[in-house]
Amino acid sequence: MFKIITETITGEEVREAVEGPDAGAVVLFLGTVRNNTDGRPVKCLEYEAYPPMAEKKMAEIAQEISDQWGIDRVAMVHRVGKLEIGEVSVAVAVASPHRKDGFEACRYAMDRLKQIVPIWKREVWADGEAEWVKPDAVFFDAPKPHKTASQID
Amino acid sequence: MNVTVKYFAVCHEMLDRSEEEMELPDGATVRTILKRLEEEWPEIAEFYEVMQMSVNWEYATENTELTEGDEVALIPPVTGGCDV
Repeated sequence: MFKIITETITGEEVREAVEGPDAGAVVLFLGTVRNNTDGRPVKCLEYEAYPPMAEKKMAEIAQEISDQWGIDRVAMVHRVGKLEIGEVSVAVAVASPHRKDGFEACRYAMDRLKQIVPIWKREVWADGEAEWVKPDAVFFDAPKPHKTASQID
Repeated sequence: MNVTVKYFAVCHEMLDRSEEEMELPDGATVRTILKRLEEEWPEIAEFYEVMQMSVNWEYATENTELTEGDEVALIPPVTGGCDV
């Protein structure tokens, strides 16, 4: 499951998508809307995506995980539109035979999502201003197109 | 040839449209589109260093050649997910 959606994300949808009898661990990551950025109060976030390309790139990340860890049970959904504080913007689930690989692969999936999946975030500040978020230096300078998890760290 | 060009996030905002059809000469590349946009929005050139382009949902370069019906997009630096 690799989807851009407008509905509420609970995490259940990705967890169910990866479950299977060969799994000994399911790692579930939920990204949520925080009420501040570097101390500045945030009112809400607005996400925009290029859905067909975003879903294609998510599937490519899953392929990278399959190549690197041999894990084939990966699911990702990202919500777009206006999200209130505390709501889930992104969910990643990875099912693996053992937890170590699952944790690593889940982290890798999120790192890669922030590098290559065409999704953009607009911060609406509590004072009424709004701006498109610029990526941090790590990802801004990231070589294209591929990095491994160890290089990111 | 005709191609569709899509604009997202800051590009959508600056150009005040999310997509358009462009008629391009044979042999046109992604660069042909960028040059045309510069005429309307000169400041866009400053973004080129950090912006990526895609053709048919795959990252492309300025030299990527275009063909009839291609879907091209300007991809500002992506910022999905959450900052953790």
